[in-house]
This record gives sequence, structure tokens and C-alpha cells, in this order.
Amino acid sequence: MFGTLKGRIIVILTVIALATGFLIKNGLKLGLDLQGGMYLALEVEDPNNTLTGQAKTDATDQALQVIRNRIDQFGVSEPLVQEVGNDRIVVQLPGIRDEERAKSIIERTAFLEFRHVLDTRELVSAMARIDRAIVAAGGAAGTGADTAAADTTAKVAGKSPMDLLFKQQTDSAKAAGDTTGDTLDASLPASGDRHRPLGGLLLESGSPGEFLVDETDVKKVNQYLAMPEVQRLLPRDVQLFWAAKPIGRGTELYRTLFVLDRTAFMKGSALEDAQAGRDPQFGETIVSFQLNRRGGRTFEKETGKHIGDRIAIILDNFVQSAPTVQSQIGASGQIQMGQSPIEEARDLALVLRAGALPAPIKIIEQRSVGASLGEDSIHRGKIAGIVGVLLVVLIMIGIYRLSGVLAVAALGVYIILMLGMIAGFDVTLTAPGIAGFILSIGMAVDANVLIFERTREELLAGKSVRVAVDDGFHHAMSAIIDSNLTTVITGLILFEAGTGPVRGFAVTLVIGVLASFFSAVFVTRTFMLLYLQRRSGLRQLSI
Amino acid sequence: MLRLFPHANYKFIESRRIAYIVTAIVLGISLAAAIFHQVRKGSWLNYGVDFAGGTLVQVRFNHPVSADDLRGLIEPQLPGTEITHFGQENEYLMRAPRFSHGARNTADHIVEVLRTKYGATEMSVVRTEAVGPKVGSELQRKAAVAVVLSLLATLVYLAIRFEWRFGLAAVIATAHDTFITLGLISIFQMEVSLTTVAAILTILGYSLHDTIIIFDRIRENLKKHGRKVDLITIMDRAINETLPRTILTVGTVLATLLALALLGGTAISGFATIMLIGVAIGTYSSIFVASPVLYEIEKRWGAKPGTRSARTTASRVAL
Repeated sequence: MFGTLKGRIIVILTVIALATGFLIKNGLKLGLDLQGGMYLALEVEDPNNTLTGQAKTDATDQALQVIRNRIDQFGVSEPLVQEVGNDRIVVQLPGIRDEERAKSIIERTAFLEFRHVLDTRELVSAMARIDRAIVAAGGAAGTGADTAAADTTAKVAGKSPMDLLFKQQTDSAKAAGDTTGDTLDASLPASGDRHRPLGGLLLESGSPGEFLVDETDVKKVNQYLAMPEVQRLLPRDVQLFWAAKPIGRGTELYRTLFVLDRTAFMKGSALEDAQAGRDPQFGETIVSFQLNRRGGRTFEKETGKHIGDRIAIILDNFVQSAPTVQSQIGASGQIQMGQSPIEEARDLALVLRAGALPAPIKIIEQRSVGASLGEDSIHRGKIAGIVGVLLVVLIMIGIYRLSGVLAVAALGVYIILMLGMIAGFDVTLTAPGIAGFILSIGMAVDANVLIFERTREELLAGKSVRVAVDDGFHHAMSAIIDSNLTTVITGLILFEAGTGPVRGFAVTLVIGVLASFFSAVFVTRTFMLLYLQRRSGLRQLSI
Repeated sequence: MLRLFPHANYKFIESRRIAYIVTAIVLGISLAAAIFHQVRKGSWLNYGVDFAGGTLVQVRFNHPVSADDLRGLIEPQLPGTEITHFGQENEYLMRAPRFSHGARNTADHIVEVLRTKYGATEMSVVRTEAVGPKVGSELQRKAAVAVVLSLLATLVYLAIRFEWRFGLAAVIATAHDTFITLGLISIFQMEVSLTTVAAILTILGYSLHDTIIIFDRIRENLKKHGRKVDLITIMDRAINETLPRTILTVGTVLATLLALALLGGTAISGFATIMLIGVAIGTYSSIFVASPVLYEIEKRWGAKPGTRSARTTASRVAL
């Protein structure tokens, strides 16, 4: 088939048709750096290396499912959520506008639980002893609390009350406009008296089961609560939780500290559905949820037993709301969110529906490119490409005349073929990929240069045109094959070892070699044969 | 017929000592620069966010903002942040050495600080790159592995296709290119990113490609003339014969690279600049490093007379 000229032309036309077909059918897939978007790499958080390899892999698998669910519900076109290695999740969101929102949806643990609000009496009666213990710890209180702070800040939030309180602490410190490194002066609390360092900071709120703490004192309360002396004296069945948001009373901001049961009676896994909405009566933003059958029964039982009491709904270790049970409640309930924007409620409903992450995750790599930068890269790439091709065309025709024209025609086939392969193999085109493509145009003519130079040598050696052309192609072949194969080897290694944009570049490099081999050798030769056949008996070759 | 260097007969191998001196000087300068920066800055290469870890945020403002304004705003919160003008007017690049800031992402922190001050509608985040320390060192290792692996793979390939002497000479020349390119990157303290690694590997590929074309001709001439002509003449002739091709291909490659460097935009021009330097080095090394090294190797450990013809598996396929 390669033997006859007709066969060769058919092959070339078929290849062009295929390439054009793929290009039209698939189009070019642009990378995040060209179309704009966000790339995230995530890992399950394990700061103390307590997870075994298997546990980490399992947690990653589960997290992958949850994140995939969330992204699907979030509604991004052509998102990519995949596991890389055993313990890493990569998320690609092309064309995403609101990056922070997307990130908060992905990152949020969304661990929902329900606990009973307990009476404060027990804690109040223990308070005198707790205060004495703090005073007894005396000057050491400051350093003691600081060490505790250093220990706990690194830990995962959500395991013990200390952790949760300290997570809160950083937030509230920020809210209060405090800078870090503020040491606690235990002997001289800013408010409350010297003998009641902690008790003096906990104010009666008027509602059962909670205290109010001045927003500026939250950090101090956290430090006291983290002290081992205090931990020992806290009532055994009690766990303290902060409210998610501060409340204003007059000009002051206060944070509610809830006294809750140490165990949760129901968790978010019992949730079947969640919807954002607005409470028609108070205009408050809410997320209403439906429980599955088993969760419904538990809920019914617990609320039935506790009519008149309060139940706290806790999300990621912060109390969202703590409504009083008016009557027995069945399979549905709601989370009040005050005057929060409805988007926030929608996002919460979304993550609740998609389920909680098995463990907190953290972002370890983040790359994002605005759409305008991507457009700019494409635009500039096009200009550089056109100018680059024109220069190569000028050089080739300037040096090799008519043969140069044939090589340039083959280069046209090369470009179509490249675009077709990029589309056909579903290669993601990145900015370095475009650079690689344009560079490959300069290198693609190398095979032609080799062949033409060789042909010239043969002509100078006195061979006839036909023989010189044949020998030129023959003798140049080993150099072409060897040099191209080494490029393929480099490209394959680059692909294996590279990441992201570098991989795109490597693929472009490898298919560039394949395409140039076809165009510079097969296509040019065909054109040359065609030309020689038309002008049989040619004495001089324009080369 | 417009021939470049039609009757070239330069004594490349014969006068190889000059090449050795030039190569030694350039290597010396590269080494000195590397040591200088290693001692002065603690790192001979200026690693970018990809490898060192850290955060880079590129922001465009809708109204004039000076770098000093931004410095005054960011510096107290995130010490060590470099702020430079980049790209268009009122566009700035902020580079912080750390990936996270307390419990938060440094990138989010920077954006929030800027938004609070200038308003969300007055600015847009053009690009963010934030790499955690773990990922950074991982990428660093991967890049080094890629370079070493590609050198090894080529050595094996050339040993099979030619013979080990050719392979060794080619790999020595390629290692030379890698080192000189890195040396220049060190001298000018160009930022080393993933794209830089891609550029360096492409340079290796190109240089090897160039070397192989000369070696192929040496192999062919050895086969043709055998022991009748001495090695220096054979090699010099091969280099001279391939000289037009070398110059022309360098020409077309440089033409596309120049277009990329001048017109390709900020993302691509860094890549193209390193490639421009690398292609020049690669071309130099094929003629002035690879070939003389091959000569020295052949001279010392060359095959016995009669058997000294490079293995010729030159394929007879002509498509």
C-alpha cells in the first residue's frame, strides 16, 4: 500500500480526515491554566501520625466519595475528583468563580450531632473548687495554660473538649482583634474577681443549661478549661460546647457556652435529606432536615422523654441551635441559622445531604487561575505560534526553494495531525503544552533538513535526481529514528515523573515526535515522488 | 542550491584543546556561582513555590495601587512576603514563604486582607499557587528522579543502538548541558519551577538528538572508511558534513523559541528563555563536548583494529 503513489496519497488523506474528524468531534480540552479554574490536593488530617496506613486509606476512600457527592450537588461543569496514590485526593474545578465557597464546601467536615442540654447546677456547685484550683495553680496557671495551648492547637478538632475549645479560641481571638502571643495573666483577670478567675467570667444568661461569656474573655475561658486541674474537677457527664456565633446584648458581644451531655444521642448519619429555607414566622434562615426511619424513632423517643428540655444541634463541634422541645418530634427537624444569608444555609444543606467526612481533611496544594489569565495565555500562544510557523516557513522556503515548499506543505499536515491527536487522545492542553507544541514545529522540520541535506550531498556526488532523493531519504533514516526515539524516551519519563502541566507538556512532546515522523518522512516523500513523477527526466532539483 | 558552509572543513577534533579550555572555564564559572549562592543564600538554586513550598498570589487592581501600599498592608501580618510588580499595570505578585498561617491558608489570608482594604469589586485574583511543604519536597524529589532516569534510559538506548562508548560520550555531554544550564539558572537566580524542569528535560532531549545526528554520521563514516583514515579526520569530516543541518535546525528551533519568548506571555516566556540558552549549550556540546569525549574514549578504550566499526543497525526502512 505504501509502495504505490496512489496508496500513499490515500493514506495521507485518510490521516488528515481522521485528524480533522477528531478535532471537530472532540474539540480541544483546555487545562485549568488556560480556561481558568481551581486545582486542590487534599489529605486526611493526621497531625500526630496516629492513623495506620490502612485506616488512612479507608478514610481517604470515604472522603473521596463524600467530596464527589458534594461537588456533584454543588454543580460544576466537568469537575474531576480522583484519588492519587493511596492517601491523596485531587479536585479540579474548571471555570469555578467562587473559589472560597467551593473550598469551604469541600473542606467542611459537616459532622452533625444531637445532644441533650444539661442543667448548669452541677457545674455551678463545682465552680468554687475549680476556681480554687486555678488560684492554687497560681502563677503557674499562665504557663500551664500556655503549654496546654501549644499541645492542643495542633490536634484535630472534635476529639476532646480541649481540642474543640482551642479551635474556638483561635477564631474568637481573631474576632476580638487580638494578635497571637498574648500570654494569660492568671492572677489578674480583666473581669471577674481575683478569687473567681473562671466563675467570674461565666455569666447567667437566663436560659437553662448555658452561660454567656464576654467575647473578649473567650480565650481566657478556653485557657482555664484546658488546664488539667480544671479538667479533673469538671462533672463527669458534662461536656462544654461554644455556640457557633456570638450574640449581641446591648453594645457587648457575648458567646454562649453550652453545658451538654457527654454523649450524643444521634448523629448526622441518621439524616436522609436536608433543605435550606426561611422560617415564615420569624424570617430566620433555616435548614430543615428529614431523618431516616431509625433516626426518626430515636428522635421520637428522646424528644418524648425530654419535653420542656433543650436539645443542642452541634455541627463540627459548635452549637448551631438549642431549641426547647415543645412536643414529641418525629422524623424531621430544623437548624436555625439566625440572619445568615440563604446561600450559607444552602451550602450547609448540601454538605449535610452529601454526608460528613470521616475525618477532617486539609488542603496541601492549591492552584487557581482566573479566566482572564487563561484567555490571555491562549491569545498570546496563538500569536507566538503564528509568528513561529511563519519564521520556519520563511527559513525552509528560503533555503530549500521548491523542496522547502513541499516540506512546508508537510508541516501543514503535521499541524493538523497534532491537533487531531491532541483532540483524539483527549490530551489536556496546558500553557507549557502550547509552548511544547510550538517548539515541536521548529523541531519537526529537522527530519526534512536532514533528508534534504543528505539529498544535496548525493546530488553533489553526481547521482541523478531520482537516485539522490531515494538515497537521501534512506541514509537520513537511522539518524532520524535514533534521535526521535531518545526524545520519546525523555518524554515518557517526563510523563511518568511529572505532575499536572508538565505531563501535558510531555504528551505533546511525544505525539509531536510521532506526527513529525509521519509528516517529515512519509508525507514529504510522497509529495517529492508526486513532483518527480510529474516531471520525469528532471535534470535539476530545486533543493 | 543555497548551501550553508558548503565546503566546511573545520578542525573541530584536532583543535579540541581549545574546546576543553572553554568548557572548563564555563564549568568553573557555573560551579563558582553555585557555591557562592549556596553559601550566601543557603541554596544554590532559587526554588519557586513549586519546590520550596509557600504561597504566590497574583492580584490585579482596578485603580492605581503602589507596591509600598501593599507592603505596608501585608508585611506586618505575613513577614517575609515579597511583593513585586508583575504583568499589567496595577498587577502585583505576592510571594509568601509559608503555605499556611495558623489554621488558615496563607493565600486566603492575603486575599482577605486585600479585600477588606480595597473592596472585593476593586480587585481580582489572577492566579494563586500554594504548595504545602510536603508536596514541595515531593516534587523536588520527583524532578531529580526524572532527570537522572532520562539520562540512564538514554545511556541504555544508545548502548544498544550504537555501542557503550558512544552512549557514554553522549551522556557525559548531556550531563554537561544539564549542569551548565543549572549553572546559568543559578548565576541569574532564575526561579526554578515545574516548568523549568520541563525546559531542562527538553534541552536534554534536544542536545541528545543533536549529538546522535553527529554520532550517526561518525558511525557511518567509520563503516565506510574503517581503519584506512585516522579517527580525527573521520570525526572532523562527520561534524563538518552535518554542520549545515546543525545550523539550519538550530535556526528553525531558535526562531520558534524567539517567537515564544517575545510574544508568548509571562507564563511561557520563562520557559522559552531557558530553552533558548539550553539549545545554544546543547548545540555547542554536541560538537565541542560529545565528539571530543567520544574521541578520548575511543583512543583509550577503542575496539581492536578490524572490529572497530560501530554496530550498524541503521534501519533500511525508508517510509
